[in-house]
Amino acid sequence: MELNVLDKAGSNSTGSCSSSGGCGGGSKGDQPPLAHLPAHIREKVQNHPCYSEDAHHYFARMHVAVAPACNIQCHYCNRKYDCANESRPGVVSELLTPDQAVKKVKAVAAKIPQMSVLGIAGPGDPLANPKRTFDTFRQLSEQAPDIKLCVSTNGLALPECVDELVKYNIDHVTITINCVDPEIGAKIYPWIYWNNKRIRGVKAAKILIEQQQKGLEMLVARGILVKVNSVLIPGVNDEHLKEVSRIVKEKGAFLHNVMPLIAEPEHGTFYGVMGQRSPTQEELQDLQDACAGDMAMMRHCRQCRADAVGMLGEDRGDEFTLDKVEEMEIDYAAAMVKRAAVHASIKEELEEKVAKKARLAGVSVVTGTTQNAEIARRYRPVLMAVATSGSGVINQHFGHAREFLVYEASPEGVRFIGHRRVDQYCVGNDTCGEKESALAGSIKALKGCEAVLCSKIGFEPWSDLEKAGIQPNGEHAMEPIEEAVMAVYREMIASGQLDEEEALCQANA
Amino acid sequence: MALEIVESCVNCWACVDVCPVQAIYQGSTFFEIDAHKCTECQGDYAHPQCASICPVEGAILLADGQPANPPGSLTGIPPERLAEAMREIQAR
Repeated sequence: MELNVLDKAGSNSTGSCSSSGGCGGGSKGDQPPLAHLPAHIREKVQNHPCYSEDAHHYFARMHVAVAPACNIQCHYCNRKYDCANESRPGVVSELLTPDQAVKKVKAVAAKIPQMSVLGIAGPGDPLANPKRTFDTFRQLSEQAPDIKLCVSTNGLALPECVDELVKYNIDHVTITINCVDPEIGAKIYPWIYWNNKRIRGVKAAKILIEQQQKGLEMLVARGILVKVNSVLIPGVNDEHLKEVSRIVKEKGAFLHNVMPLIAEPEHGTFYGVMGQRSPTQEELQDLQDACAGDMAMMRHCRQCRADAVGMLGEDRGDEFTLDKVEEMEIDYAAAMVKRAAVHASIKEELEEKVAKKARLAGVSVVTGTTQNAEIARRYRPVLMAVATSGSGVINQHFGHAREFLVYEASPEGVRFIGHRRVDQYCVGNDTCGEKESALAGSIKALKGCEAVLCSKIGFEPWSDLEKAGIQPNGEHAMEPIEEAVMAVYREMIASGQLDEEEALCQANA
Repeated sequence: MALEIVESCVNCWACVDVCPVQAIYQGSTFFEIDAHKCTECQGDYAHPQCASICPVEGAILLADGQPANPPGSLTGIPPERLAEAMREIQAR
């Protein structure tokens, strides 16, 4: 049994969180994640699946791999990037020229009208490939003006690119900032290519950090939205990220995305080979909570490949390979009309959902008097997993889920915590005898969750889940996620399930 | 006098963009250096630019045939540790 809230309260009081403003527990479910943003920024991000948790259930994104070169080395990256079976940043199957990329983007936009965002994210550093990156952006801003453009960068070449970025109306930039201390940086970046030299160690990290911070300031000064990505590397930058969060927020970044390190020996990265471990789900969540403060903390990032296509968490890249795109006839003018209609209807649905969520956030478990509020405080939060294929409702079969979304229900309401990817190395089938391991993988991914909500579930996984202490629930199929999660939480309270633990918890205190 | 790219090249284009004399071209499977054009950056830079940005150890050879970036020099992974990790993966 996990008693997250009590644990957290305990560790906070030991004082690792100062009054710096970078951390604080106040962000919990009491307001929507983007509510602190000024209206004009909210307007910009609300249809962006990578920035808005609500939007990511409805809108799709794509990356085009036009930027192979890089100007730095990170210890979590291996530049031998061509692998179709891996899904992580920096990995692609097919490198595109700008012309090919533009054709592919238009094909995807026509076929998947929910696609609202095109990003250039690698597989190297987009700004270390200025000609290929900007040629792609220039053509798209002319030929497909209804697509939002964004770019992510390590920041080294950012200051010299800001003027060019402004030209193509790129209003979202992501900078990966893992540290603001060169000593820590030297443990993450072995070298950079700078002023025609390969520079190593603390000196290299210092230059990189200065360029990142300068780039961030320049973008904010020009009104370009900046998101900061950080890779959480246990024992290297975990505590330090609280300071990073505070500083980038002060400088005007609107969103901070703390992502877990991905490190396996078979990736051939420094961290993978040297045995640097990845953070646990709990460590990631605790750090995200500690960094939240009043800045939006992003919890739905899927760490996509540099050529990903589709809704977050899915990849439809296979439908749009170079040969297939070559054969497609695209009438983009017609596609734009259809896209506009689809976007308008999604927007309407989204607004309705956000309004409903705001109403729900105000609803406590036991409605009514102040005396009831006192009772409500007694119940601990519960983590629940949800199987969904989009639209913000519970609409996926347990066995089909390649990932689960995790929500926390507490007397204060329901909040989104993150996603758990189901181990895809072994999907298995009836003949290969690995069915069991796929189920074991799903159960492992759901660690810490006490219920899993899905549209349907088979008998075998049902009993295995129960044995693992996770209650399967198929009674809320097609219901909106937050409402269903709250309903199950209420049922848990009503059944007295949380009462006993309350007593237990007091006995242990 | 020229540098040479060998088959461990991953086709990342980084060297092409920084070569001051446009000596690097896309070969059939990996990038290659035109030995007649390559100046080893003498007169332009203190260090050969392709070898200064290349992310792959051993992919670029100096004029004497030695790797410009020997094993372990770019990733920081000691070669014996890498070999050990590869053995462990294969034994799985």
